[in-house]
Amino acid sequence: MEFPDDLLYTNEDEWIRVDGGEATVGITDFAQDQLSDIVYLQLPDVGATFTRKEPFGEIESVKAISDLRAPVSGEVTATNDGLMDSPELVNASPYVDGWLIRIRLTDPAELDGLMGAAEYRSQLPGDEV
Amino acid sequence: MSPGGERPDQTHLKRLALHDRHAQAGARMAPFANWQMPLQYQGILAEHEAVRTRAGVFDVSHLGRVRVRGHDAGRRIRSITTYDVLRMRVGTAHYSLYCTDGGGIADDVFIYRIAEDDWLIVHNAANAAPDFARVADAAGDAAEELTEQTVMLAVQGPRAAAALREVIGPAFDDLRPRRCREFVWRGGTMLAARTGYTGEDGAECIVETALGAELWEAFLAVGVTPVGLGARDTLRLEAALPLHGHDITESTHPYEAGLGWTVSLDDEQPFTGRAALQRLQSTPPRRRLSHLRLLDRGVSREGYPVLDAAGEPVATLTSGTFSPTLRVGIGIAYLPVELASPGSRLAVEIRGRTVPAEVVPRPFYRRSDG
Repeated sequence: MEFPDDLLYTNEDEWIRVDGGEATVGITDFAQDQLSDIVYLQLPDVGATFTRKEPFGEIESVKAISDLRAPVSGEVTATNDGLMDSPELVNASPYVDGWLIRIRLTDPAELDGLMGAAEYRSQLPGDEV
Repeated sequence: MSPGGERPDQTHLKRLALHDRHAQAGARMAPFANWQMPLQYQGILAEHEAVRTRAGVFDVSHLGRVRVRGHDAGRRIRSITTYDVLRMRVGTAHYSLYCTDGGGIADDVFIYRIAEDDWLIVHNAANAAPDFARVADAAGDAAEELTEQTVMLAVQGPRAAAALREVIGPAFDDLRPRRCREFVWRGGTMLAARTGYTGEDGAECIVETALGAELWEAFLAVGVTPVGLGARDTLRLEAALPLHGHDITESTHPYEAGLGWTVSLDDEQPFTGRAALQRLQSTPPRRRLSHLRLLDRGVSREGYPVLDAAGEPVATLTSGTFSPTLRVGIGIAYLPVELASPGSRLAVEIRGRTVPAEVVPRPFYRRSDG
């Protein structure tokens, strides 16, 4: 299972890739594997704002429904609308084609509370990775 | 998000004889009806597609299996089930119900007439104890519980017949739809029936536990894909086949569920629930088990409200899923008869979102040669 080093991670199994004052958000390889076949996503509107840990959408597989939670506070600047027709991209490419939203950070200091790849991997259930 | 959570403690559950094979094949196990069952191997969508386009094999050994033998066996079975099994020809299988005295559906079963006085009943795992008691009360020592002594595998899909012929041999020839046959296979005994729960062609094979692994491996060796309970549910729902405990229960009766065809009243033989069913048959049902398809994106699931055109809740989905073949949400619900006709426009409430839906004829999916 993959956890790229250039990303930050939450204990709710989201990743965030920061560039300047903006960031891209998605779910980790562990999360997509747990959910298995993703068939539906609900993403927010561009312009919506969220505080850290607030749910910003939903992701569903055949058997499970899960909240998507904001890793840090921000305003949504883009959403990956292609996922509406091809939700399976989140399973196939959770870090690239399966990105969910882009946000403009409103409190970059919150990034300090997130985990690096090694720390994220170490806190996953032992028999998963 | 919180995708997986803690794995439930599965140590108290019964294990399939082939548990280790499933683990080796990469199965993700889940509890079901007191058994630890393979939910999926490579993934529900891939397994579903394998059954619709090629062939899949399911370990359904958890299903209850009871053998009933003796000159009186047929009559005793007839007394506890709705279908007049005495009219079944030898070597055939038929779907039937166990009803309560009030005419509610206590379980749905498959009955196999292997010989004139030799029968097998297969019932749902969730109702195993009361179902066996039902047979034991009617048939006494003539009833033999075989669940733990046998393995049952279902092979389903457009290429299932070819795989079955290769593994079983000439004994599979002439096993036409809804026929059953018992014969020698690799030094042991196999009962095979051209039946299934997916809407595809295929058969269900029962062997002694000692031969179970060999049978499983034989199907895998000819290219059949292991399929778990997750895909079993999406497949049966696409085929509009009811699941007891969800779509049919003791609170529902056969006529409103579209299962009046399983109830034989004209032989005038007694059976549990006969009087109530006689009354119910002559009363027009006020609701009907109907099939709904979403008209917008979303996943319709069991328990979600069904709304009428005015936005009022009129029903609750008894089953629901995302249909992998149709790529749309589908569901089943008991609708008031005036809203139950194909084309009727309704909505499903999905966690606060109202998604338009329409009633469609059953099944949602029909195989091209079916």
